[in-house]
Amino acid sequence: MFEILLYAAAVSLLGLSYYKDREKTKKGLKKAWKSFLNVFPAFAGVLALTGLALSIISPDFISRFIGNSTGFLGMLTTAVIGAITLIPGFIAFPLAASLLEKGAGITQMAVFVSTLMMVGIVTMPLEIQYFGRKEALLRNAFSFLFSFIVAAVIGVVVS
Amino acid sequence: MKKLKPYMLLILVVIADLIVFAGSPDLGKVILKSTGTNFAQMLGVIPPIFLLIGLMDVWVPREKVIKFMGEGSGITGVLLAILLGAAAAGPLYAAFPVAAIMIKKGAKFTNILVFLGAWSTMKIPMFLFEMASLGYAFAITRLLLSLTGILLMSWLINKLMSEDEKRNIYAKHSDVARG
Repeated sequence: MFEILLYAAAVSLLGLSYYKDREKTKKGLKKAWKSFLNVFPAFAGVLALTGLALSIISPDFISRFIGNSTGFLGMLTTAVIGAITLIPGFIAFPLAASLLEKGAGITQMAVFVSTLMMVGIVTMPLEIQYFGRKEALLRNAFSFLFSFIVAAVIGVVVS
Repeated sequence: MKKLKPYMLLILVVIADLIVFAGSPDLGKVILKSTGTNFAQMLGVIPPIFLLIGLMDVWVPREKVIKFMGEGSGITGVLLAILLGAAAAGPLYAAFPVAAIMIKKGAKFTNILVFLGAWSTMKIPMFLFEMASLGYAFAITRLLLSLTGILLMSWLINKLMSEDEKRNIYAKHSDVARG
Protein backbone atom coordinates (compact mmCIF):
# COMPACT_ATOMS: atom_id res chain seq x y z
CA MET A 1 0.00 0.00 0.00
CA PHE A 2 2.70 2.42 1.06
CA GLU A 3 4.80 1.36 -1.90
CA ILE A 4 1.98 2.25 -4.26
CA LEU A 5 1.66 5.70 -2.70
CA LEU A 6 5.40 6.21 -2.91
CA TYR A 7 5.52 5.21 -6.56
CA ALA A 8 2.50 7.38 -7.32
CA ALA A 9 4.14 10.38 -5.63
CA ALA A 10 7.46 9.82 -7.38
CA VAL A 11 5.91 9.35 -10.81
CA SER A 12 3.55 12.32 -10.57
CA LEU A 13 6.31 14.62 -9.32
CA LEU A 14 8.52 13.36 -12.13
CA GLY A 15 5.76 14.22 -14.58
CA LEU A 16 5.34 17.68 -13.10
CA SER A 17 9.08 18.22 -13.14
CA TYR A 18 9.32 17.13 -16.77
CA TYR A 19 6.48 19.45 -17.71
CA LYS A 20 8.16 22.39 -16.00
CA ASP A 21 11.75 21.87 -17.07
CA ARG A 22 12.96 18.99 -19.22
CA GLU A 23 16.66 19.66 -18.84
CA LYS A 24 16.48 19.93 -15.08
CA THR A 25 14.50 16.73 -14.91
CA LYS A 26 17.06 14.88 -17.00
CA LYS A 27 19.80 16.18 -14.75
CA GLY A 28 17.87 15.02 -11.69
CA LEU A 29 17.34 11.56 -13.14
CA LYS A 30 21.02 11.27 -13.96
CA LYS A 31 21.93 12.23 -10.41
CA ALA A 32 19.42 9.78 -8.98
CA TRP A 33 20.81 6.97 -11.12
CA LYS A 34 24.41 7.81 -10.26
CA SER A 35 23.80 7.91 -6.52
CA PHE A 36 21.90 4.64 -6.76
CA LEU A 37 24.76 2.94 -8.63
CA ASN A 38 27.15 4.26 -6.07
CA VAL A 39 25.50 2.61 -3.10
CA PHE A 40 24.21 -0.44 -4.94
CA PRO A 41 27.11 -2.73 -3.92
CA ALA A 42 26.67 -1.90 -0.24
CA PHE A 43 22.88 -2.22 -0.54
CA ALA A 44 23.14 -5.62 -2.20
CA GLY A 45 25.59 -6.81 0.45
CA VAL A 46 23.37 -5.66 3.30
CA LEU A 47 20.25 -7.21 1.78
CA ALA A 48 22.03 -10.52 1.24
CA LEU A 49 23.33 -10.41 4.82
CA THR A 50 19.82 -9.72 6.10
CA GLY A 51 18.53 -12.68 4.12
CA LEU A 52 21.14 -14.93 5.73
CA ALA A 53 20.68 -13.57 9.26
CA LEU A 54 16.89 -13.69 9.12
CA SER A 55 16.89 -17.30 7.96
CA ILE A 56 19.05 -18.42 10.83
CA ILE A 57 17.39 -16.13 13.39
CA SER A 58 13.81 -16.84 12.36
CA PRO A 59 10.72 -15.96 14.43
CA ASP A 60 10.59 -19.63 15.43
CA PHE A 61 14.14 -19.51 16.66
CA ILE A 62 13.40 -16.36 18.61
CA SER A 63 10.33 -17.76 20.34
CA ARG A 64 12.26 -20.88 21.33
CA PHE A 65 14.97 -18.70 22.72
CA ILE A 66 13.10 -16.14 24.73
CA GLY A 67 9.68 -17.68 25.21
CA ASN A 68 10.40 -18.69 28.74
CA SER A 69 13.53 -16.85 29.74
CA THR A 70 13.16 -14.01 32.16
CA GLY A 71 15.13 -11.38 34.00
CA PHE A 72 18.03 -9.38 32.74
CA LEU A 73 19.56 -12.26 30.80
CA GLY A 74 16.34 -12.63 28.86
CA MET A 75 16.35 -8.90 28.17
CA LEU A 76 19.93 -9.05 26.99
CA THR A 77 19.15 -11.95 24.66
CA THR A 78 16.13 -10.23 23.16
CA ALA A 79 18.05 -6.96 22.87
CA VAL A 80 20.88 -8.62 20.96
CA ILE A 81 18.50 -10.51 18.67
CA GLY A 82 16.60 -7.29 18.03
CA ALA A 83 19.82 -5.43 17.31
CA ILE A 84 21.05 -7.90 14.71
CA THR A 85 17.90 -8.65 12.84
CA LEU A 86 15.72 -6.42 10.80
CA ILE A 87 12.28 -7.87 11.09
CA PRO A 88 9.70 -5.60 9.49
CA GLY A 89 7.23 -4.15 12.01
CA PHE A 90 4.27 -5.91 10.48
CA ILE A 91 5.89 -9.22 11.45
CA ALA A 92 7.62 -8.08 14.63
CA PHE A 93 4.59 -6.60 16.44
CA PRO A 94 2.30 -9.62 16.05
CA LEU A 95 5.26 -11.84 16.94
CA ALA A 96 5.87 -9.85 20.12
CA ALA A 97 2.16 -9.97 20.92
CA SER A 98 2.03 -13.75 20.55
CA LEU A 99 5.21 -14.16 22.61
CA LEU A 100 3.60 -12.08 25.34
CA GLU A 101 0.62 -14.41 25.33
CA LYS A 102 2.99 -17.33 25.65
CA GLY A 103 4.38 -15.80 28.82
CA ALA A 104 7.36 -13.72 27.72
CA GLY A 105 7.94 -10.67 29.91
CA ILE A 106 6.81 -7.21 28.83
CA THR A 107 10.27 -5.71 29.43
CA GLN A 108 11.86 -8.35 27.20
CA MET A 109 9.40 -7.58 24.43
CA ALA A 110 9.84 -3.83 24.84
CA VAL A 111 13.61 -4.03 24.57
CA PHE A 112 13.20 -6.35 21.58
CA VAL A 113 10.87 -4.00 19.73
CA SER A 114 13.06 -1.00 20.50
CA THR A 115 16.41 -2.47 19.44
CA LEU A 116 14.73 -4.05 16.45
CA MET A 117 13.72 -0.67 15.12
CA MET A 118 16.60 1.53 16.25
CA VAL A 119 19.69 -0.67 16.09
CA GLY A 120 20.85 -2.27 12.88
CA ILE A 121 24.01 -4.34 13.02
CA VAL A 122 23.48 -5.81 9.57
CA THR A 123 22.84 -2.40 8.03
CA MET A 124 25.93 -0.88 9.62
CA PRO A 125 28.17 -1.30 6.55
CA LEU A 126 25.72 0.90 4.67
CA GLU A 127 25.42 3.41 7.50
CA ILE A 128 29.23 3.63 7.71
CA GLN A 129 29.44 4.31 4.00
CA TYR A 130 26.98 7.18 4.37
CA PHE A 131 27.90 8.76 7.69
CA GLY A 132 31.25 7.32 8.69
CA ARG A 133 32.28 4.82 11.32
CA LYS A 134 31.91 7.07 14.33
CA GLU A 135 28.33 8.16 13.69
CA ALA A 136 27.30 4.56 12.99
CA LEU A 137 28.94 3.22 16.15
CA LEU A 138 27.65 5.99 18.39
CA ARG A 139 24.10 5.93 17.07
CA ASN A 140 23.79 2.17 17.31
CA ALA A 141 25.48 1.90 20.71
CA PHE A 142 23.38 4.69 22.26
CA SER A 143 20.19 3.29 20.78
CA PHE A 144 21.03 -0.14 22.17
CA LEU A 145 21.53 1.22 25.69
CA PHE A 146 18.52 3.51 25.38
CA SER A 147 16.31 0.53 24.55
CA PHE A 148 16.88 -0.80 28.08
CA ILE A 149 15.57 2.45 29.54
CA VAL A 150 12.53 2.21 27.28
CA ALA A 151 11.97 -1.35 28.43
CA ALA A 152 12.33 -0.50 32.11
CA VAL A 153 9.77 2.32 31.87
CA ILE A 154 7.34 0.26 29.81
CA GLY A 155 7.71 -2.53 32.38
CA VAL A 156 6.48 -0.10 35.04
CA VAL A 157 3.75 1.60 32.99
CA VAL A 158 2.30 -1.48 31.30
CA SER A 159 1.51 -4.19 33.80
CA MET B 1 40.51 -5.99 -7.75
CA LYS B 2 39.67 -2.39 -6.97
CA LYS B 3 36.38 -2.76 -8.79
CA LEU B 4 35.50 -5.76 -6.66
CA LYS B 5 36.11 -4.06 -3.33
CA PRO B 6 32.65 -2.47 -2.96
CA TYR B 7 31.17 -5.92 -3.50
CA MET B 8 33.27 -7.51 -0.73
CA LEU B 9 30.35 -7.88 1.69
CA LEU B 10 28.10 -9.36 -0.98
CA ILE B 11 30.81 -11.85 -2.01
CA LEU B 12 31.44 -12.91 1.59
CA VAL B 13 27.73 -13.41 2.23
CA VAL B 14 27.30 -15.44 -0.96
CA ILE B 15 30.22 -17.67 0.10
CA ALA B 16 28.61 -18.12 3.54
CA ASP B 17 25.28 -18.90 1.83
CA LEU B 18 26.95 -21.56 -0.30
CA ILE B 19 28.57 -23.16 2.75
CA VAL B 20 25.20 -23.27 4.54
CA PHE B 21 23.56 -24.65 1.42
CA ALA B 22 26.15 -27.44 1.19
CA GLY B 23 25.58 -28.33 4.85
CA SER B 24 21.80 -28.00 4.87
CA PRO B 25 20.01 -27.61 1.55
CA ASP B 26 16.74 -26.95 3.39
CA LEU B 27 18.12 -23.98 5.28
CA GLY B 28 19.81 -22.91 2.06
CA LYS B 29 16.42 -22.73 0.36
CA VAL B 30 15.04 -20.63 3.22
CA ILE B 31 17.96 -18.24 2.81
CA LEU B 32 17.42 -18.01 -0.93
CA LYS B 33 13.75 -17.23 -0.38
CA SER B 34 14.31 -14.62 2.30
CA THR B 35 17.11 -12.95 0.32
CA GLY B 36 14.74 -12.81 -2.64
CA THR B 37 12.07 -11.22 -0.46
CA ASN B 38 14.55 -8.62 0.74
CA PHE B 39 15.52 -7.62 -2.77
CA ALA B 40 11.85 -7.47 -3.73
CA GLN B 41 11.19 -5.22 -0.73
CA MET B 42 14.05 -2.99 -1.80
CA LEU B 43 12.56 -2.71 -5.27
CA GLY B 44 9.36 -1.57 -3.57
CA VAL B 45 10.88 1.48 -1.92
CA ILE B 46 14.32 2.26 -3.29
CA PRO B 47 13.64 3.28 -6.92
CA PRO B 48 10.96 5.88 -6.05
CA ILE B 49 13.06 7.18 -3.15
CA PHE B 50 16.08 7.72 -5.38
CA LEU B 51 13.83 9.28 -8.00
CA LEU B 52 12.50 11.72 -5.39
CA ILE B 53 16.05 12.42 -4.20
CA GLY B 54 17.13 13.23 -7.75
CA LEU B 55 14.19 15.63 -8.14
CA MET B 56 14.90 17.19 -4.76
CA ASP B 57 18.48 17.68 -5.81
CA VAL B 58 17.56 19.81 -8.81
CA TRP B 59 14.43 21.56 -7.51
CA VAL B 60 14.94 22.28 -3.82
CA PRO B 61 17.20 25.29 -3.39
CA ARG B 62 19.98 24.93 -0.87
CA GLU B 63 19.05 28.26 0.74
CA LYS B 64 15.58 26.92 1.63
CA VAL B 65 16.95 23.82 3.32
CA ILE B 66 19.51 25.89 5.20
CA LYS B 67 16.81 28.27 6.31
CA PHE B 68 14.44 25.58 7.57
CA MET B 69 16.84 22.88 8.73
CA GLY B 70 20.33 24.39 8.81
CA GLU B 71 22.32 26.12 11.54
CA GLY B 72 20.04 28.56 13.28
CA SER B 73 16.85 26.85 12.16
CA GLY B 74 16.15 26.18 15.83
CA ILE B 75 13.00 24.41 16.88
CA THR B 76 11.54 24.58 13.35
CA GLY B 77 14.37 22.44 12.05
CA VAL B 78 13.95 19.88 14.80
CA LEU B 79 10.18 19.66 14.30
CA LEU B 80 10.62 19.34 10.57
CA ALA B 81 13.19 16.56 11.04
CA ILE B 82 10.77 14.66 13.30
CA LEU B 83 7.82 15.12 10.94
CA LEU B 84 9.79 14.08 7.86
CA GLY B 85 11.09 10.98 9.63
CA ALA B 86 7.75 10.01 11.17
CA ALA B 87 5.79 10.48 7.97
CA ALA B 88 8.00 7.98 6.20
CA ALA B 89 7.72 4.26 5.96
CA GLY B 90 10.11 1.64 4.81
CA PRO B 91 13.23 0.24 6.41
CA LEU B 92 15.87 2.43 8.01
CA TYR B 93 18.32 1.87 5.17
CA ALA B 94 15.96 3.81 2.92
CA ALA B 95 16.46 6.83 5.18
CA PHE B 96 20.21 6.99 4.57
CA PRO B 97 20.12 8.34 1.00
CA VAL B 98 17.40 10.82 2.02
CA ALA B 99 19.56 12.03 4.89
CA ALA B 100 22.48 12.31 2.47
CA ILE B 101 20.62 14.73 0.22
CA MET B 102 19.59 16.74 3.28
CA ILE B 103 23.27 16.95 4.24
CA LYS B 104 24.15 18.05 0.74
CA LYS B 105 21.55 20.80 0.92
CA GLY B 106 22.95 22.10 4.19
CA ALA B 107 20.76 20.67 6.95
CA LYS B 108 22.30 20.74 10.41
CA PHE B 109 23.94 17.56 11.68
CA THR B 110 21.73 17.23 14.78
CA ASN B 111 18.65 17.55 12.57
CA ILE B 112 19.99 14.74 10.39
CA LEU B 113 20.37 12.57 13.49
CA VAL B 114 16.86 13.47 14.69
CA PHE B 115 15.52 12.61 11.24
CA LEU B 116 17.23 9.19 11.28
CA GLY B 117 15.98 8.53 14.80
CA ALA B 118 12.40 9.48 13.97
CA TRP B 119 12.49 7.37 10.83
CA SER B 120 13.85 4.38 12.74
CA THR B 121 11.28 4.23 15.47
CA MET B 122 8.55 6.90 15.24
CA LYS B 123 6.98 6.11 11.88
CA ILE B 124 3.26 6.83 12.06
CA PRO B 125 2.06 3.78 10.07
CA MET B 126 4.15 1.53 12.30
CA PHE B 127 2.90 3.30 15.43
CA LEU B 128 -0.71 2.61 14.48
CA PHE B 129 0.12 -1.02 13.91
CA GLU B 130 2.00 -1.21 17.19
CA MET B 131 -1.04 0.14 19.06
CA ALA B 132 -3.20 -2.53 17.48
CA SER B 133 -0.79 -5.36 18.31
CA LEU B 134 0.66 -4.41 21.67
CA GLY B 135 -1.86 -1.98 23.11
CA TYR B 136 -2.16 1.76 23.63
CA ALA B 137 -0.09 1.97 26.81
CA PHE B 138 2.83 0.12 25.25
CA ALA B 139 2.88 2.04 21.98
CA ILE B 140 2.30 5.52 23.41
CA THR B 141 4.83 5.10 26.22
CA ARG B 142 7.40 3.89 23.72
CA LEU B 143 6.68 6.75 21.32
CA LEU B 144 7.07 9.43 24.00
CA LEU B 145 10.23 7.86 25.39
CA SER B 146 11.69 7.42 21.93
CA LEU B 147 11.07 11.06 21.14
CA THR B 148 12.91 12.15 24.27
CA GLY B 149 15.68 9.66 23.71
CA ILE B 150 16.19 10.61 20.08
CA LEU B 151 16.54 14.29 20.94
CA LEU B 152 19.01 13.54 23.73
CA MET B 153 21.04 11.07 21.69
CA SER B 154 21.20 13.37 18.67
CA TRP B 155 22.48 16.18 20.85
CA LEU B 156 25.01 13.87 22.49
CA ILE B 157 26.29 12.29 19.26
CA ASN B 158 26.67 15.74 17.74
CA LYS B 159 28.71 16.82 20.80
CA LEU B 160 30.91 13.73 20.61
CA MET B 161 31.79 14.20 16.95
CA SER B 162 34.59 16.62 16.18
CA GLU B 163 34.14 19.43 13.66
CA ASP B 164 36.60 17.61 11.41
CA GLU B 165 34.62 14.40 11.48
CA LYS B 166 31.43 16.26 10.64
CA ARG B 167 33.16 18.19 7.86
CA ASN B 168 34.29 14.88 6.35
CA ILE B 169 30.72 13.62 6.24
CA TYR B 170 29.50 16.86 4.66
CA ALA B 171 32.34 16.80 2.13
CA LYS B 172 31.43 13.23 1.18
CA HIS B 173 27.93 14.32 0.26
CA SER B 174 28.80 17.65 -1.31
CA ASP B 175 28.12 15.96 -4.60
CA VAL B 176 25.30 13.52 -4.09
CA ALA B 177 26.47 11.36 -6.97
CA ARG B 178 29.38 10.30 -4.81
CA GLY B 179 27.11 9.67 -1.80
